[in-house]
Amino acid sequence: MEKGCRSRIHAEPYERMSPPANPSASSEPPERANGLPTRRTTGIGITLTAVRRFFKTGVEAIAPLDLAIEAGAFVAFLGPSGCGKSTLLRLIAGLDQPNEGSITFPGGPAKRALAFVFQDPHLLPWRRVLENAALPLELTGIGKPERTERALAVLEEVGLADAAQRFPRELSGGMRMRVSLARALVTEPDLLLLDEPFAALDELTRRHLDDQLRALWQKRGMTVLFVTHTLSEASYLAERAIVFSKRPARIVADRRLTLPAERNFSIRSTPAFLAEEQALYEALVRGEGA
Amino acid sequence: MRDSLERVLAPLGALVLFLGAWEGLTRGLAVPSYLVPPPSAVLTAAASEASLLLVGAITTGRAALIGFALSAVLGVLLAILLAASRLIERALYPYTVFLQTVPVVAIAPLLVVWFGPGLRAVAVSAFIVSVFPVIANTLAGLRSVDPALRDLFRLYTASRWARLFKLELPSAIPELVTGLRVASGLAVIGTIVGEFVAGFSEGSPGLGIVVLSSYRQLRTDLLFAAVLTASGLGLALFASVNLLGTLLLRRWHASELQP
Ligand SMILES: Nc1ncnc2c1ncn2[C@@H]1O[C@H](COP(=O)(O)OP(=O)(O)OP(=O)(O)O)[C@@H](O)[C@H]1O
Ligand SMILES: [Mg+2]
Repeated sequence: MEKGCRSRIHAEPYERMSPPANPSASSEPPERANGLPTRRTTGIGITLTAVRRFFKTGVEAIAPLDLAIEAGAFVAFLGPSGCGKSTLLRLIAGLDQPNEGSITFPGGPAKRALAFVFQDPHLLPWRRVLENAALPLELTGIGKPERTERALAVLEEVGLADAAQRFPRELSGGMRMRVSLARALVTEPDLLLLDEPFAALDELTRRHLDDQLRALWQKRGMTVLFVTHTLSEASYLAERAIVFSKRPARIVADRRLTLPAERNFSIRSTPAFLAEEQALYEALVRGEGA
Repeated sequence: MRDSLERVLAPLGALVLFLGAWEGLTRGLAVPSYLVPPPSAVLTAAASEASLLLVGAITTGRAALIGFALSAVLGVLLAILLAASRLIERALYPYTVFLQTVPVVAIAPLLVVWFGPGLRAVAVSAFIVSVFPVIANTLAGLRSVDPALRDLFRLYTASRWARLFKLELPSAIPELVTGLRVASGLAVIGTIVGEFVAGFSEGSPGLGIVVLSSYRQLRTDLLFAAVLTASGLGLALFASVNLLGTLLLRRWHASELQP
C-alpha cells in the first residue's frame, strides 16, 4: 500500500508547477536533512506573526502566536481538546480573521490554491461522487469536460474511480472521506489543511487513508497541516509536530521528527518511532498542566 | 409483503367498521336524514348528483391548483428574498406571519372587490391560506445549510448565485417539500372558504357553492357528499406533492429512507 501512489494517467493541462520527484534537486530545506530524499515543492510557506484570536464571548483561543511553516512541509498539530487548533486552521484558511497580528504566505504563487478537509466528509448529498469531487473546479469556473477529466483522475488517485457515479449515501464512511479528500485535492492545492480528517474512521481505514495521504504528499509536494488527537498518526505522517498548550494555544513543543521518509506499518514498532510518540505525549501532558 | 398488505387492509377494515356502525346507528335510532344521513344515503345522493359533484370538483380543483402553484412559486421567491439578509428578514417576516393569521373569511369580500367574483378571487384566497407554510419552511431550510459547506463555498469564492443554486436551494428541498405538503391541504380549504364568499352560483359552481346550496335546502346527504369530494381533492393534491417529494429526495435525504 505504501508504494501505491499511482501515476496520473492523463496529461495535466494546468501544470502550474509540476512536482516531479527529482532526487537530484539541491534546494533542500535544512530540516529535511535526516535522510529524506530531496524534491521540489509546490507548497507555500506560512508565516504567522503575533496572531491573536479572541471571541466576543471572552474566550481567547489563540494567544499571540508566532509560527513559521516552510513550503512543502507536512506538519501535525496536536493539543488538548478546545485549545484552538481548529480556530488556527480556519485563520490560516482565511475563513476567520485574527484580531491582532498577521498571516502571510511568503514566496508562494500569486494565486494561492488551498483546500480544507473537515472532520466529517460534508459532501453534497444530491450530487454524485464525481460531481462532488469536481465541485471546487466548478465553483472556480472551469469548463465541464476539463473538470470531469480532472475529477476522475483524482478519484483514481484515492482509489474511487469505480464509485464515480454513486451517491454519497451509497458509500461507506471511509469512502466518503476519500471523496472529501479527492474534492480537496482536485484543485491541486499548494496548501492542504486537514482538521482531524480521519478521526471518525476505524483504525484500519484510517491507516489506509494515512498511507494514501502521505503518498499523495510525497508525489505532489504541497504544504500539509494536519490536526489530530492521535499521537501515532502524527508521528507516522508528519515531518514536524507542533504541540499546543490548553487554551489559549501556545506552542509547548515543536519537533522535527527524525524518521525515515518511507513509512509503513513496520516503522510503528521501531525504537525511533516509539521515542517520538513518547516525546509528543510528554509535551501534551506538559501543555495540559501549563 | 405481509406488512404492506396489512398497511392497506387495516385502515380499510377500520373504515368498513366505522361505516357499518354509522349506518346501523342512524337506522336503529331512526335519526332524521337531514340531521345525520346514513352512508347509504350519502352514496345515493352522490350517485344521483354525480355530474354536479364532478363539475364542482373540477372548478374547485382548478382554483386550488392555481392557488397552490402561486404559493409554491411566490413562497419560494419570498423565502429567498428573506434569506438574502437579516435586515430584510427582520423588516418583512412579521408581515408574512400576518398572512397566516389573517382570517380569510373576513377579507374574502375584499378579494371580490379587488379581483371580481369567481376564479381569480377564489384562487387568491387559496394562495393566502397556503403560502405561509411554504415561506416558513423554505426559509428554515435556506437558513440551516451545513456551515462547513458554507465555508467550502467561501473557500472557493463561489458567487452569490452559485451559493443559492448549488448549495442553499438544494439543501432546502426537504423543508420545501414539507412546506408544500402542508400547503396542499390548506389550498383546498382556502378554495372552499373563498367560494363561500366569492364563488359563482351559476355556470359551473365549485364544491363550496354545492355545500352552501345543499345546506340551504337541508340536503344533508348531498352536503356530506360534497365535503367528502373536497377532502378527496385535498388528499389527491397531498399525494401528488408526496410523490414529487419522494422522487426528488429518493437519492439522498435521510428522512425519506425511513419507511
Ligand atoms: N465562533 C466562536 N465563537 C466563540 N467561541 C469560539 C468560536 N469558535 C471557537 N470558539 C472557542 O474557542 C476555543 C477553541 O476552539 P477550537 O474549535 O479551535 O478548539 P480545538 O482545538 O479545535 O478543539 P478540538 O480538539 O476539540 O476540535 C473553544 O473554547 C471554543 O469554544
Ligand atoms: Mg477542532
